Amino acid sequence: MHVPDGFIDTPVSAATGVVAVAAVAISLRGARRELDERTAPLAGLVAAFIFAVQMLNFPVAAGTSGHLLGGALAAILVGPFTGVLCVSVVLLMQGVLFADGGLTALGTNITDMAIVTTVVAYAIFRGLVKVLPRSRASITVASFAAAVVSVPAAAVAFTTIYWLGGTTDVPIGKVATAMVGVHVLIGIGEAAITAATVGAVVAVRPDLVYGARGLSKPLELRTTPTGAPLVPGEARPAAVTVATPAPAAVVTSPAPAGRSNRPVWIAGLIAALALAGGVSYYASASPDGLEKVAHDKGIDEKAKPHANDDSPLAGYSVKDVGDARLSGGLAGVIGVGATLTVGSGVFIVVRRRRRHTVHPIQGQGA
Amino acid sequence: MGAGHAHRLYRHGHSPVHGMPPHCKIAAVFGFVLVVVSTPREAMWAFGLYAVLLVAVAFRARVPIAFLLRRLVIEVPFVAFAVLLPFVATGPQVHVLGMSLSENGLWGAWNVLAKGTLGVAASVLLAATTELRELLLGLQRLRMPPLLVQIASFMIRYGDVITDEMRRMRIARESRGFQARGVRHWPVLAKSAGALFIRSYERGERVHLAMVSRGYTGTMPVIDDVTATRAQWSHAAVLPVLALAVCLTGWTLR
Repeated sequence: MHVPDGFIDTPVSAATGVVAVAAVAISLRGARRELDERTAPLAGLVAAFIFAVQMLNFPVAAGTSGHLLGGALAAILVGPFTGVLCVSVVLLMQGVLFADGGLTALGTNITDMAIVTTVVAYAIFRGLVKVLPRSRASITVASFAAAVVSVPAAAVAFTTIYWLGGTTDVPIGKVATAMVGVHVLIGIGEAAITAATVGAVVAVRPDLVYGARGLSKPLELRTTPTGAPLVPGEARPAAVTVATPAPAAVVTSPAPAGRSNRPVWIAGLIAALALAGGVSYYASASPDGLEKVAHDKGIDEKAKPHANDDSPLAGYSVKDVGDARLSGGLAGVIGVGATLTVGSGVFIVVRRRRRHTVHPIQGQGA
Repeated sequence: MGAGHAHRLYRHGHSPVHGMPPHCKIAAVFGFVLVVVSTPREAMWAFGLYAVLLVAVAFRARVPIAFLLRRLVIEVPFVAFAVLLPFVATGPQVHVLGMSLSENGLWGAWNVLAKGTLGVAASVLLAATTELRELLLGLQRLRMPPLLVQIASFMIRYGDVITDEMRRMRIARESRGFQARGVRHWPVLAKSAGALFIRSYERGERVHLAMVSRGYTGTMPVIDDVTATRAQWSHAAVLPVLALAVCLTGWTLR
């Protein structure tokens, strides 16, 4: 996705350059806060890691393979400011040293791939970690969600930049469809790898994962009165035991967490269904922005009917249900159900992988 | 460690271009690319002249044209994209070989191809004639924040180390019979990536401690500061100034 020279016109390139310089300046300040005086070596090594991991090929199917873009991974592992800095440095060096991405397009590339991905990913990650229970599984889920959104977000940012300063009149709808469509797919791969990588690091060194900092409790000194009878079966002679250190403390007993969070899940589900069903009942039936633009400009005259037009949910309404509003609401409810099924399917698969060695059968735990 | 200090694009030599101060070279290349990008795309001859200018620089730097052309392969993905443009762009259509192509799209494709290629060629020339350390020093002379230069230099210095570590992990996996064939093997690769991150981060901590124990206070001492004389600046400015002349002619003849 490295943009070459001449792809975006000069004024917009200059503007994105200003944005990039400002963001890098802010990140330099922020990174000092995140890493204090260790910034240079640590950020440098993380940048080298991002650079190396972009060369790690993940085979998709026969012959094709993908690789990590790393924005979301950097944000979650080392924090948003250091993440922006590391990815920017990687892009800068790729541009100057390997001629990958134009020199005048550096601002565009940094804005698009370093700033948008990292900031979007971190915002989503942070939000989800706040909402989800404090456990390792939710870090993985939040990483997945953050990465899956961050890549299409970069595609949207690119489309916006192209719309502002593209040098060829390709209808913006087409650019958006192609870019976002392709990057949704890439995003799924990126998300799976990012989540697995973050999961692997959290399992070994949770203290290194910036996004999981609130997760591990500080060490506490658990004292028992000397001479008190020990619990039978726990033949531990020491009277003073140090509570489990950070790596073990992360596994904050999943069972109670699951019980206490059931109301949250149920409330969330009801809210989603209510919003989807109720709000789309009242939602405007007029086409949305892009569809409208496409129609006004006559772009969609040539648009092929979508492959799913025959599907029972085509155009966000249920077939054979006469009332437009009712059918819209129904489609919303079904959509939420489908999303939930797919989402919890991913969640369960991830959990099962993790628990495989312990409980091979149990999937629907928390 | 002799080989590790030069990057793959660098080509050792003692030409006048190699000997030029790095910040002059960076500024000249940046100016040149900026001028190329601002040239109207209808002035096809201008791009030919730019190419001639670059060939002259390559000749002066004693960089073989074949070397330059081989390095241009990096822009292949954009060639593919440029080829698509005439088919998707709108506007008046022209018929070539029985295909209906957009006129604007054809111009767009030419624009991206010409400017992109010239930009890549200029960057390749810069990288081929400038050593890593010099390049970073040049960026610092051009007022890039010192912290950013430090981060970049750590990335460059340890990039090979980290890449080698990744290669060793791959060899270790493969010598145990692992072969990544599909999505099912992602968890294994992701665990490697996680291990690579931990190793990189811990190496960073060790590097920092080593630096602190040698008296690091947050800034790197510059021992080989480079300065440029007026003559060197004017020598470097030849490329962008000639390009600017071509560009202005292009705009006036439009």
